[in-house]
Amino acid sequence: MRVLAIDTSTAAVQAALVDLDDDELFLTSFRREVDARGHVEKLAPFIEGCLADAGRTVKDVDAVVSGVGPGPFTGLRVGMVTAAAFADGAGIPVYGVCSLDGIGANTRGRALAATDARRKEIYWAVYEDGVREGEPQVCKPSELPDWVTETGGADYAIGEGASKYADELPMEAEATPIFPDLVKLVELAAPRLLAGAPTEQLTPLYLRRPDAQPAAGSPAPQP
Amino acid sequence: MKNNPVVMGIETSCDETGVGIVRGHELLADAVASSVDEHARFGGVVPEVASRAHLEAMVPTVQRALDDAGLTLNDLDGIAVTAGPGLAGALMVGVGAAKAYSLATGVPLYGVNHLSAHIAVDTLENGPIPEPAIGLLVSGGHSSIMMVEDLAGKVTQLGASIDDAAGEAFDKVARLLGLPFPGGPYIDKAAKEGDRAFVRFPRGLTAAKDMERHRYDFSFSGLKTAVARWIEAQRAEGNNVPVNDVAAAFQEAVCDVLTQKAILAAKEHGVGTILLGGGVAANSRLRTLAVERAEDAGITLRYPRPKLCTDNGAMVAALGSHLVTAGVAPSVIDFPANSSMDVEVVSLANRL
Ligand SMILES: [Zn+2]
Repeated sequence: MRVLAIDTSTAAVQAALVDLDDDELFLTSFRREVDARGHVEKLAPFIEGCLADAGRTVKDVDAVVSGVGPGPFTGLRVGMVTAAAFADGAGIPVYGVCSLDGIGANTRGRALAATDARRKEIYWAVYEDGVREGEPQVCKPSELPDWVTETGGADYAIGEGASKYADELPMEAEATPIFPDLVKLVELAAPRLLAGAPTEQLTPLYLRRPDAQPAAGSPAPQP
Repeated sequence: MKNNPVVMGIETSCDETGVGIVRGHELLADAVASSVDEHARFGGVVPEVASRAHLEAMVPTVQRALDDAGLTLNDLDGIAVTAGPGLAGALMVGVGAAKAYSLATGVPLYGVNHLSAHIAVDTLENGPIPEPAIGLLVSGGHSSIMMVEDLAGKVTQLGASIDDAAGEAFDKVARLLGLPFPGGPYIDKAAKEGDRAFVRFPRGLTAAKDMERHRYDFSFSGLKTAVARWIEAQRAEGNNVPVNDVAAAFQEAVCDVLTQKAILAAKEHGVGTILLGGGVAANSRLRTLAVERAEDAGITLRYPRPKLCTDNGAMVAALGSHLVTAGVAPSVIDFPANSSMDVEVVSLANRL
């Protein structure tokens, strides 16, 4: 089956067409540009470009897979709403996958996958041979919990957040920024794709609350 | 060129996720998901809260609009979306969705200006707009006097608020009076029981020297401060604040200056039609005063019903339908969401 994959949880605007046959995955076409402010302008043309490169049309696409973050909010939402609306418009299902898994699931040993959460923080999760331990978190790179930084925690860090904050991380960090791998996201969604699971309402992994304080003394709304 | 095109409009510039569908000038669906209750506890619209709500509501609201209209996406001749002005993160959700729907269905896409859409919505109620016309747009986000020479391409701004939007002033004064958010409807209601002439609050930018430099501009921040000071002074003297009277006097000051300047603009430009639009155009005193003054000046006043005055998808669909009918070229798919989009850009096709 032919899958459109999208991820905008990082500064990279990414779209790809991935073929999935039984457990075989094949990257048919791919577009990526690192432009933290370019998601809304670039993503739709990238999807068009992927289809054109593959000599395909919308009718050839069987499903959509989207990274659901965590990620800086505005760009992440553009990718997710694009995935949801494209699927709705094409009458095909859409499935969400944790974007950090697109980095962490490709690792070996004990790895910290980290993306840039802005405001000097990272979104992160620890992986043992590619399997995530617990839920993704957000914090300053210097404030990772002990179980991550101590011996037996994470041996190295990888991802855009790791390369950017290499100096502040207690473990070795991959210098090249690694972005979520769209083929991996499709692989992680493969059981749902192949089973024809029902389409999903995509919910972003925000991890942070909106920056807003209830107005002091503001009256409760009347019905 | 197509007569009576079926167009879906998507609007996410502030806190309402709106999806409307029209056929020509006929309104087929007007689905709105509002996050206003979530904002009420913050006493104002919180951009991040609005954007989160838009993402959640987008696809379900499109489906609801299609169901209400008894149509499918394949029946559409165009998809229009607010490309600006508005809250950047909120706009991006609507623009992203509209592009994806257009891509998935092959239906042409029109990125349009929110302000022109506020004017176009009147066609759904009152038919084609005589051109030229003056638009008086008043809401929580904008207070502008616009000159509409051609709704499909030539719209200019004659004046606008140089500080707070009128709707913002309503919200702030409501808060001073202990009335809920959004303030407009509550002030309107309280004012009905109050005395408009109880105290005369200042009319911003109406003094002779201001009328030279800011002939059609507004200023509401001074008014808000004047109301705050007045309330403080009363409380300092141990007097009770007569909420209804203050609401009425404040509302009178806003409506007086809005209608005065709009009529002046029409007269001075030889324009015979004024259109009211925006959330504050739902205000009963603004309507009454505008009707009276337009009649005195021999000017035709048009306004749609209150539900169409506030932000909604129908207004975007109405402008889209007008553009499709006029044969305006669709937008190229790489257009951005532009939070400070210029009023003169009616649709992004014009820009390209
Ligand atoms: Zn508006």
